[in-house]
Amino acid sequence: MKTIKKFIAPTWVLLVFIGLAIWMPDTAVRSSLVTWDYFKEMALIMPPVFILMGLMEIWIPKDKIQKWLGNGSGIKGAVIALVLGTLPTGPLYVAFPMTATLIRKGASITNMVIFLGSWAALKIPQLMIEIKFLGISFTLLRFGLTLLALALIGLLMEIILRRYPDKAWFERAVKETDQRIPEETKM
Amino acid sequence: MATIITIYSLLAIGLIASLVKSKEKTKKAFKIAGKAFLKSAPSLLTVLGIVGLTLGILTPETITKLVGSEAGFTATIFASIIGAITLIPSLVAFPLAGSLLRSGATVMTISAFVTTLVMVGIVTAPMEVKELGKKFTLLRNGFGFLAALGIAGVMGVLLS
Repeated sequence: MKTIKKFIAPTWVLLVFIGLAIWMPDTAVRSSLVTWDYFKEMALIMPPVFILMGLMEIWIPKDKIQKWLGNGSGIKGAVIALVLGTLPTGPLYVAFPMTATLIRKGASITNMVIFLGSWAALKIPQLMIEIKFLGISFTLLRFGLTLLALALIGLLMEIILRRYPDKAWFERAVKETDQRIPEETKM
Repeated sequence: MATIITIYSLLAIGLIASLVKSKEKTKKAFKIAGKAFLKSAPSLLTVLGIVGLTLGILTPETITKLVGSEAGFTATIFASIIGAITLIPSLVAFPLAGSLLRSGATVMTISAFVTTLVMVGIVTAPMEVKELGKKFTLLRNGFGFLAALGIAGVMGVLLS
């Protein structure tokens, strides 16, 4: 039953593809080509990402992550999260499993929102392209405002998730990894 | 390309260090990786399919038609909705944004498109929910959307 439930969403997507193939064959062909392109990219990127995640899970001690990226890490933690996020490390979906591991290891919500946000919005190669096509003042202003917004969203989410923790996620996370989640990072 | 080199170099360094320290633990890391990969596979496939669908339907030509060269408020709203839904590679998105700007779209519209594009990811939400939970995903994308609109507003005023 559980396995069936997992495949409901992919089945819906498949049905949309079949519908498109019948009524809008041109669009269906275009969509399939794009999907195939992304599939090749994912097939190359995801296996090493998951292995790195496994290595992180085994080797990086919880107290280190808590110290560098946890609630007490302050500005230093935010800067580490920002720098890690801006490195050229690929599309955003790569970051989700990594973020989950870091949260389980004790990273704060604020820092993880900054990490994900800078990963998506402030990547160095992406900024280069932005400067080229939209100009330096556009890029710099967007960079500054985005950074400010990410810090605010992070702090706000930290407060909200501490008051109303995501119990379902927390229980699943405990079940899926054999380790306990540190008390103060429960969401 | 830079992505693949970065990730594989990190992997090589990590793996060598891990193997030198303990073969047993490296094996365990692989087990954890395999399990996590299988668990994420369905949501990965879903995201792939949705990305393909949105990009197949919303081609640069269609987006140009929707956002257009009109300077109105509607164009900005359209731009932010398209930006929030899609995941467009930056090599396609920025040239498109640049050409829209030159063809007469306002700075506010273009920044709404770019900021929602990078701060909100509806097509990647299935994976985000799987890994980080419903609440986290809703809050991050919801606040991200509001912030993106705010940033677009400020940029529109300051840059034009």
